[in-house]
Amino acid sequence: MTDAETPEFMVRAENVHKRFGRTEVLRGVDLAVRPGEVMCVIGPSGSGKSTFLRCVNHLEKIDGGRLWVNGRLVGYRERGGRLYELREKDVARQRREIGMVFQRFNLFPHMTALQNVMEAPVQVKGRGRAEAREQARALLERVGLGDKTGSYPAQLSGGQQQRVAIARALAMEPALMLFDEPTSALDPELVGDVLEVMKRLALDGMTMIVVTHEMGFAREVGDSLVFMDDGAVVEEGNPREVLANPSHPRTQDFLSRVL
Amino acid sequence: MTSLVKDTEPEGRPEIRAVPVRHYGRWVAAALILYVAVWAVYSVAHNERFGWDVMGRYFTADAVLSGIGTTLGLTAIAMVMGVVGGVLLAVMRLSPNPLISGTSWLYIWAFRGTPVLVQILLWGFISALIPRFSIGIPFGPTFADFSANSVITPFVAGCLGLGLNEAAYMAEIVRAGILSVDPGQDEAACALGMSRTKSMRRIVLPQAMRVIIPPTGNETISMLKTSSLVSVIAVADLLYSVQIIYGRTYQTIPLLLLASAWYLVMTSVLTVGQFYLERYFGRGAARRQTMLERLWANLRTARPAGKGTR
Repeated sequence: MTDAETPEFMVRAENVHKRFGRTEVLRGVDLAVRPGEVMCVIGPSGSGKSTFLRCVNHLEKIDGGRLWVNGRLVGYRERGGRLYELREKDVARQRREIGMVFQRFNLFPHMTALQNVMEAPVQVKGRGRAEAREQARALLERVGLGDKTGSYPAQLSGGQQQRVAIARALAMEPALMLFDEPTSALDPELVGDVLEVMKRLALDGMTMIVVTHEMGFAREVGDSLVFMDDGAVVEEGNPREVLANPSHPRTQDFLSRVL
Repeated sequence: MTSLVKDTEPEGRPEIRAVPVRHYGRWVAAALILYVAVWAVYSVAHNERFGWDVMGRYFTADAVLSGIGTTLGLTAIAMVMGVVGGVLLAVMRLSPNPLISGTSWLYIWAFRGTPVLVQILLWGFISALIPRFSIGIPFGPTFADFSANSVITPFVAGCLGLGLNEAAYMAEIVRAGILSVDPGQDEAACALGMSRTKSMRRIVLPQAMRVIIPPTGNETISMLKTSSLVSVIAVADLLYSVQIIYGRTYQTIPLLLLASAWYLVMTSVLTVGQFYLERYFGRGAARRQTMLERLWANLRTARPAGKGTR
């Protein structure tokens, strides 16, 4: 499946390995996400779940295995049975269709909420400013921040910042959204608004991989749940079933400590 | 604690009325400083050799004004060269390509490691090293040919000496600024599909500016004064202009004081400019104040009583 029109899987990982120096962070991850599916990834810290997410949009280079997004190899081109590293420009092009939301928001602090959302469409897609502004306004409206367009990130609460970050990622009209512990840096009372936005996004049919500690969200919104530990997928299945009856002892142990 | 809480409920915040600590030492210090100041002003005003009338006479003399123009021009050109070169060198220094980062390291090592006065002299005497310049392909055809003295005038030599030296210093300032930006910013930009160059230009550098501007302001102020070194290669800047005058009239001290006064005026103006530049690049981070507002705020917090009112 190299360049299929409508790929069966939005994301497919085959035996993905990643090392940082001598530490093996990912030891053969196999995963598949179908278009429109929401996959939640849980696991103890250091289990490699964030690293895997960062591999999906090539913020980290994988050391072994294969990773496809939307039917295309991530970071490489395969020709005649050989792998060729992609040029920076082509990697950037691949990333356009993958939105990413970070734990620490990473909004651009020198730009207003509106400018944050407009930046990539104007700079990367070459869209006209007026058009981009309209789109950004609509997106901020959609995440419930229509009245905050002129605010700088420092003037917004964590929850509001994270919703701007979601709008910013959506502005590139991605086919896939990656969420890296999007609510872990938030005060408890602000988590709900962000999860609500994500839930509506899921209902609209967005394909999502969500690394999270929010078991309620996983149960309610997730189509599948993956439990990772020590750089590998330990258990995978329907969220309600996995959360209620974990089959693997390590999953049982983890869930007994977080639930 | 409990009584305080009880008091606040019915009639609002209870005011504390206490006799503030008396700072007798400050009054003694103030008296001493005032005494010394009065004495200094008195002796300066009554010392004929300061030559205040001479200073007044030459303050806006044509030679002095054109010297100021040259000093400002030198400073501006050298700083532009410094900033542009510095950004270039800093980006090169952070390049993953070892050849490019090595080249930048070598440049900084050479230009920061030798006195700027020597560099200015070398540029001034460049024609002794390279008598003719030619534009063309090395080892190939030549398109144009100049004598070094016609291209590298003393002014150009001054600009080169100051600007290329400044680039080495600015490179380190810019590099520190770039490294101060959270790597998550570059990641977010990359995740949106921006190239490294675009992320640097649109996301990282504007944020690095907040860290880069204050030391750059210092560098500019320092450059304004360092530019006086070009008097050694006979560039008619402010210092050289007054040197020519006192060489003729022997009124050395008044004219050096005159030059100092002008340098002070110029650095003061630059300080104000720096404040507004910092405010512009601090947008999204700090409260917006005018210079007087900040001065007032500083004065208030400096007063010991002011601390209590916060």
